Amino acid sequence: MPCGVGGQPLKIAISARNLRKVYPGQPPVQALAGVDIDIQDNEFFTLLGPSGCGKTTLLRLIAGFENPTSGSLEMFGDSILDAPPHKRPINTVFQSYALFPHMTVAQNIGFGLEMLGKPKAEIAATVDEMMALVKMTEMADRQTSQISGGQQQRVALARALAPKPKVLLLDEPLSALDFKLRKDMQLELKRLQSETGITFIFVTHDQEEALTMSDRIAVMEAGSIRQIGGPRDIYDHPAERFVADFIGDTNFLPAEIDGRDGTTARVKLSSGQKTTARMQEDTTPSGKVTLAVRPEHARLVGEAEGLLQGALREIVYFGTDTHFHVDIDDGTSFVLRQQNSPDTEARLSQGDRVGIIFGDGVAQVLRD
Amino acid sequence: MAGQATSQDQAAARRRWLLLAPALTILVFAASGPLLITLVYSFLAPGAFGGVEWEFSTDAWFNVILQRDIFEDTLGWSDAHLSIFWRSVKLSLMTTLVCLILGFPTAYFIATRPKSQRELWMLLIIIPFWTNLLIRTFAILELIRNEGTVNSVLIGLGVIDEPIQMLFTEFAIIIGMVYVYLPLMVLPIYASMERLNFSLVEAGYDLYATRFQVLRRVILPLVKPGVIAGSILVFVPSLGAYVTPRVMGGGNQLMIGNLIELQFGQGRNWPLGAALSITLLAIVMVALILYVRAAGDEDVRHG
Repeated sequence: MPCGVGGQPLKIAISARNLRKVYPGQPPVQALAGVDIDIQDNEFFTLLGPSGCGKTTLLRLIAGFENPTSGSLEMFGDSILDAPPHKRPINTVFQSYALFPHMTVAQNIGFGLEMLGKPKAEIAATVDEMMALVKMTEMADRQTSQISGGQQQRVALARALAPKPKVLLLDEPLSALDFKLRKDMQLELKRLQSETGITFIFVTHDQEEALTMSDRIAVMEAGSIRQIGGPRDIYDHPAERFVADFIGDTNFLPAEIDGRDGTTARVKLSSGQKTTARMQEDTTPSGKVTLAVRPEHARLVGEAEGLLQGALREIVYFGTDTHFHVDIDDGTSFVLRQQNSPDTEARLSQGDRVGIIFGDGVAQVLRD
Repeated sequence: MAGQATSQDQAAARRRWLLLAPALTILVFAASGPLLITLVYSFLAPGAFGGVEWEFSTDAWFNVILQRDIFEDTLGWSDAHLSIFWRSVKLSLMTTLVCLILGFPTAYFIATRPKSQRELWMLLIIIPFWTNLLIRTFAILELIRNEGTVNSVLIGLGVIDEPIQMLFTEFAIIIGMVYVYLPLMVLPIYASMERLNFSLVEAGYDLYATRFQVLRRVILPLVKPGVIAGSILVFVPSLGAYVTPRVMGGGNQLMIGNLIELQFGQGRNWPLGAALSITLLAIVMVALILYVRAAGDEDVRHG
């Protein structure tokens, strides 16, 4: 869901310009190499990337635990660079939860309000409300060591939400949970975000998590942002090889640009066949380029009808779908994924000659 | 068959006792033995030239806190002893407090250094331990005596005209004991501080706590075991300190340790010395019980 379609003016919650962070040392480590980002109010925004890409550093700069080497950082239009963490209306859900072990569940949740000097009655009411929100009411007087990992996760969430921050930062909060619990919490987080209307900035290295939960995703690598967009945008139209490779599975095809029309390019494939591919708006590729095609966006057809031709090397059955590995005649290989249903039978067998087709504009021209 | 099993069991039991023997020997001869002898001696009469006469007497215990006036034969509190007890407890408490005030930030400082530097800082704390206690005490004496470094510098700068009398005061004893026992405070606090998960500190700041609130509400409760251990480690030896009050107090600021030494030396009253030793033991025990109970109570309240 791209933001701002409702016709409402967009409010920018967090805005960074040329944000850099270099850790001193021999040699110095550049964690952030000039990041520009605008995160909108009431948005579920995800920072996605492999470990060491700088996503956690960016989060820590926003929280105020560390200061940037250079650049600007604003919150609703005001610079927050001089504000210490306890003066920023931003709360964090830590990767390790960081629950206070010497306090009960209720005391943990009330801590932020207590520090803000709220009256006792208001604290009690908000704590009750938060415990109901994360379904932890029965656990109020438990020690944090006496509850399960999933429950600790909920308490950490309630503790960060209780002071009603403008922005909530979540640092890989689901990574310690098992698969089933993680799925539940993904939905839960999404629900909480839309119920509270708080801007969520979520850090993860899990692409599936990012795709299912986010309004927008920023894909990061080596301290800079590679692409920002909605989940569909990022998945269907990756801007560059890293993004295409990091999110989902992708086939990379060599091709040659034959002409351009807006964001559409006419390309010639290695087989000599022509098709159209999408380009990024701000790019004007020419000559030899690489195309990205998702495995489920292509279909197997008879050899003569295909845009590409090759021999079927392997058929791997996965239950819900089947993967076909094709050795294309130009020497590269191509993987297709097709949904299984009871009425389709495997008519193909290893070694068969096949053709591969995909629709106009399905392929994406990657930026180099 | 049954007989064989029994003899095997017996052999195993014998081996267990044999392996325990060194530990038991130490417990009996090094811990309980001397204590028992001290207890027995405290109920005997003093020998004329030191040692004890083997006859039962409660005079020593009587003399610990009471005294009979030589001329009027009336009973009264033993003011000398009581003031020494009071001074010992007071100076030990103040030493513990000063060690805590200095040791806590030191431990925090070391625990927040990068891992590679921490050992170096710890080494700096421990190095004085490698030197003789007496030499360290004399070094402090050299600093604060009337013609010492501190007074010379202050006079040289024109801050004062007359040297400040620091030596042979209670202040001097506290300085000396703090210097000697500070590592005993730093080490256990550092040990629990190092285990502290510093994301809890960040969580505190994140939840609007100021520096002081983070210290009081997050760090202190979590490193309390270290603070308790450090306080005990400083308080107990301070209470029985002998060398430092002797050198820094100059013989007129006695603490229990000096009083006990007097009875076994010039005083030639071994039973009184023994009774005083047991009294010291009792004071330490009572103090520890009170302290641990007070610290433990707070634990319960915090939940």
